[in-house]
Amino acid sequence: MNRQIVKLFGLIVVLFAILIGFTSYWSVFEAEALKEKNANKRPLLEQQRIERGRILTADGVVIARSVAKGRGDARRYVRRYPEAGLYGHPIGYSFVRYGDSEFEQFHNDELVGNESEFVSLLDELRGQTQEGNDVVTNIDSEAQRIALADLEAAGFGAVVAIEPSTGRVRVMASNPPYDPNRVPFELAELNRNTFETPLVNRATQGLYPPGSTFKVVTAAAGLDSGAISPDSTIVAPGTIDVQGQPLANDFNQDFGAIGLDTALTNSVNTWFAQLGEEVGSDTMFEYMDDFGFGSPPAIDLPDDQVYRSGVYEGRDLLGRGDPVDVARISIGQERLLVTPLQMAEVAAAVANGGRQMKPQIWSRVVDPDGRVTERLDPSQYSQPIDEETAADLTTAMEGVVREGTGTNAAIPGVTVAGKTGTAETPFNESCGGGDLNQAWFIGFAPADDPQIAIAATVECTTAFGGDIAAPIFRDVAEALLSGE
Amino acid sequence: MTSARNRELVALVPVALLLSAGFAAVFAQEGAREDNLSLVYGAYFLAVCLATHIYLRLRLPNADPYLFPLVALLTSFGLVMVYRIDPDLARDQANWFVLGLLLFALTIHFLRDYDVLERYRYTIAGVGLLLLLAPRLPGIGQQVNGAYLGVKLGPLAFQPAEFSKICIVVFLASYLREHREVLIVGARRVLGVTLPPLKHLGPLLVVWGASMFMLVFIRDLGSSLMFFAAFLALLYVATGRFSFVAIGMGMFLLGAWFFASTVPHVHDRIEVWLDPYQDPTASGYQILQSIFAQADGGLFGVGFGQALITIPGTDAPLLPAAQTDTIYSLIVNEVGLFGASAVILAYLLFAARGLKIALLADDGFSKLLATGLTAVFAIQAFVIIGGVTRVIPLTGVTLPFISYGGSSIVANFVLLALLLLISDRARREAAASARGAPLAMEPA
Repeated sequence: MNRQIVKLFGLIVVLFAILIGFTSYWSVFEAEALKEKNANKRPLLEQQRIERGRILTADGVVIARSVAKGRGDARRYVRRYPEAGLYGHPIGYSFVRYGDSEFEQFHNDELVGNESEFVSLLDELRGQTQEGNDVVTNIDSEAQRIALADLEAAGFGAVVAIEPSTGRVRVMASNPPYDPNRVPFELAELNRNTFETPLVNRATQGLYPPGSTFKVVTAAAGLDSGAISPDSTIVAPGTIDVQGQPLANDFNQDFGAIGLDTALTNSVNTWFAQLGEEVGSDTMFEYMDDFGFGSPPAIDLPDDQVYRSGVYEGRDLLGRGDPVDVARISIGQERLLVTPLQMAEVAAAVANGGRQMKPQIWSRVVDPDGRVTERLDPSQYSQPIDEETAADLTTAMEGVVREGTGTNAAIPGVTVAGKTGTAETPFNESCGGGDLNQAWFIGFAPADDPQIAIAATVECTTAFGGDIAAPIFRDVAEALLSGE
Repeated sequence: MTSARNRELVALVPVALLLSAGFAAVFAQEGAREDNLSLVYGAYFLAVCLATHIYLRLRLPNADPYLFPLVALLTSFGLVMVYRIDPDLARDQANWFVLGLLLFALTIHFLRDYDVLERYRYTIAGVGLLLLLAPRLPGIGQQVNGAYLGVKLGPLAFQPAEFSKICIVVFLASYLREHREVLIVGARRVLGVTLPPLKHLGPLLVVWGASMFMLVFIRDLGSSLMFFAAFLALLYVATGRFSFVAIGMGMFLLGAWFFASTVPHVHDRIEVWLDPYQDPTASGYQILQSIFAQADGGLFGVGFGQALITIPGTDAPLLPAAQTDTIYSLIVNEVGLFGASAVILAYLLFAARGLKIALLADDGFSKLLATGLTAVFAIQAFVIIGGVTRVIPLTGVTLPFISYGGSSIVANFVLLALLLLISDRARREAAASARGAPLAMEPA
């Protein structure tokens, strides 16, 4: 019988090895996936016991903080947002039972003080409890307030302001706003509101036709690829025929042979459409990709909450080789849809000599003892155009504000470079089907030493970009420049 | 042979250290309670272990030196875990531990000549079956979570299956000792499969019937599986015929499949095992929370006393039945994969020592009894750990020596006493034969 007994022991070894195998699977290999499961409330319950760190503006205003509830073992923390709706976007919310979003979600690890398992083990041995860190953002409270107030006066839309040399996001406002403090009470209603969609951050999730602001990208591609020089001229009649359909200037105005400065200042459609055809769709897509189109923006927000800009076919993005009408893309039409964040990045790249920085909302992480444990190290995303192209483009964009469609963006004593846009959105259901526009302004200031690049857009408006979006740019830029 | 006992004493030292460290950790964690109950428990436990050790020195000087330290290790670990869940439960557990040792001592005292068990094997089998039936008897039976596992006699509540498993193993060991020859010799090959002789199939079918009966009337897949697997292990060791095991397994699976589709409680358990996410807040709650607790533990665990058992601020369970069914998940949660592997290793060492006793034993009954007791013990550990790790459907079997529960502790101490009795005789005879005494040969 001894042989069988030994074999039986072998079987027991195998069975117990299976147990250790399964335990390893759940506790180590599958652990992260299990923590993500909706049915698993443990990570949230654990976090509830940790005092989540505060979120602050660059100038020290508290955007989010935690307050203690209950005593002893039942002690837990609940999130409060003292500024109500002002920072609902892009900060988002964080509640144990209702989940989290946007900045709160992206920076969760820092805010709850998560460390690697090894570090937590050391902390545990030293008897330290987990504490959350404060995260300081780059947002300027005054400029954010002005941006949202202007938007609320103008209509639904968004404003994004970026510091060109670093990518620091100084303003990100989306109208309509929502108050994160209300999420525990009316999350379902907020989600049901499909007309106003207050939970949608229009700065990163609003996909709008860019209109003429896209001519900045077309001009950048034309100059940088060598298709044109700043001195080249193109004959721009009142209408041209593109793919069997007429493509016209405003009031069918015939400009004759003109250069880039005049064409951009007056936003001449026939000029840019021909330039786009000259550049070709492949090169056009190449430059768009360099500016970040087609990819999720490299910003510190959750991937599913930042949309890609580009030429959409249904839910898919078109790219090189796909059949597109490059002439109409070049003037911001066709199936081109962009986010305000993407257009702010375009303006910032031109402002920064062609070097596009990664946009970042956070600035530094401060531990509970007040020590800065992490600091934003600005990094370049790409260099879509060279410095000379950027300078030539800046000159042209200065003309827009000085004497063209964007004079309302002018700031006394400061040279502003910019571009207006007014896309007709007759089929936009969210506008109620009326003859309404998507109004835009993108630009930066001061033109000779850019401190701030801004994209402002208003949806479903009867006004033009130069009338409704340019003043928002001016107000926000002024606030940021005076604060420097 | 006192060297065995000396080794036992030495082996108890790490147990004492671990126990002290464990209680100290829990004490440090709950220092705010302003009592030193945990330290008192530790000292008390050590004193009882030492007393047991001295008793073994006097009564079973040759018995295996590692089994008792291993059991002390598991029990002390269980005591720390249960204390950490609820100090009141730990007090009960400590009392049962003493009661278990009392029965342990009595077993050793009265069954020194354990061959008498063979004489009463049918009585013992009857008692075993009666114990299994008891939970369905009106007036004393109790239903827990849909399974009939408990019996309540006035103030005394216990789970008869824990004691029944010993009775059944004793019967099977005795029966197979007598009939193994016929089972082997009388086997015939039919269509390439070796079948046991038909006239001896009867008792085997009875065992199969009993486990199916458990499935249907006790409605507990876990104990049913435990009994039947122990039976197959014994049948294999006794006859060396793997085909018997394969046939038995096939019959069990067939029966289980049939009853799983007809008995709602068993059916639900299997459904939940296959897809716990179907109803994560009700039927799937326990198994899901069990694996979530393990995920929370990781490699090293969150530390003694740190895991969440109830939802903070409420009494709602986050890990249901943490002190019994899912205690292994709590162990993974608090001491991590490493700590839990150590626990499994302790069970494996127990199995190794138990089977070593079977190898050393001279006579067929001792061999089969040691094998059966070890097998049923190891399988019980496998069934519950496998249940909470989703290897098999989760059932209400206790984790031997660790889970909270008097029946489990007491019954397993009786099991340990029997193993040590067999061991003492086997090692005494082995030592005697090594000194030149006539060697009793086992029939080949």
